[in-house]
Amino acid sequence: MPIALCRIDDRLIHGQVVLGWGRPLGIERIVLVNDEVAASPWEQELYRMAVPAEIELRFASIAAATSAVVAWGTEAARTMLLTGDIATMVALHAADGKALREVNLGGIHHRPGRRQRLPYLYLSDNERADLAILEARGAHVSAQDLPTAPAVPLRDIP
Amino acid sequence: MNEAVRGVVVCHGRLAAALIEAAEGITGVKGALAPVSNTDCDRGTLETRILEAVNGRPTVVFVDLASGSCLVATLARLRGRPDVKVVTGVNLPMLVDFVFNLEQTPDEAAERAVSAAFRAIKVP
Repeated sequence: MPIALCRIDDRLIHGQVVLGWGRPLGIERIVLVNDEVAASPWEQELYRMAVPAEIELRFASIAAATSAVVAWGTEAARTMLLTGDIATMVALHAADGKALREVNLGGIHHRPGRRQRLPYLYLSDNERADLAILEARGAHVSAQDLPTAPAVPLRDIP
Repeated sequence: MNEAVRGVVVCHGRLAAALIEAAEGITGVKGALAPVSNTDCDRGTLETRILEAVNGRPTVVFVDLASGSCLVATLARLRGRPDVKVVTGVNLPMLVDFVFNLEQTPDEAAERAVSAAFRAIKVP
């Protein structure tokens, strides 16, 4: 089945991800695509502590994920694909646009060069342009920090 | 004499500031604790906020959750430092006890804080 949720969240695995989205969507597997974490056993151990035992947690580098994402999109496990930045999601979408139909902007926070678009969403102009490219390639991009909050489609994000 | 240990409280939202305000209100001890919030920042900025609060001094860092962005950012920059100890599950009783016992090493202060926190959990 297509991946249940493709989320960009620079805090990676935290309460909103595991509880806020994981429970209502019945997520069975979370794949965190992040080169730094994929190479860091202590960070992996920390993130495992935040995930209930019944949810499988995988860590993948960007290179490994672009090879595997097609398979993840066909497997039965309800999967959440999680990246910490837009560029990684763009790379994964290029590898398998079918599996990544919907892209959720869950939390991209302030750093120099970005400006606030929504309370939990800060984007530079280049990042905003990258999201427009992602949508032009067939993805539906929207911002929504929690399922109980309204989804804001990319066209409505200033 | 060794430099007195300080506390840095790292929490979601406004929790750290509220806990410190309450601890100072109860004990009258001011300046022993510094708040850090993860609100409106990415991980790099949060790490900077934590480092600035610690400022190279002997410190116990009190974190709200035993996982998540506050703990990851704390450990990313302070893990392995002998003058810093990290305690998760911060609560008010541990902070109240901590500010009355600043003449300890971070190791001793962290152990004491955990003990004070557990002692305060009861079903009266």
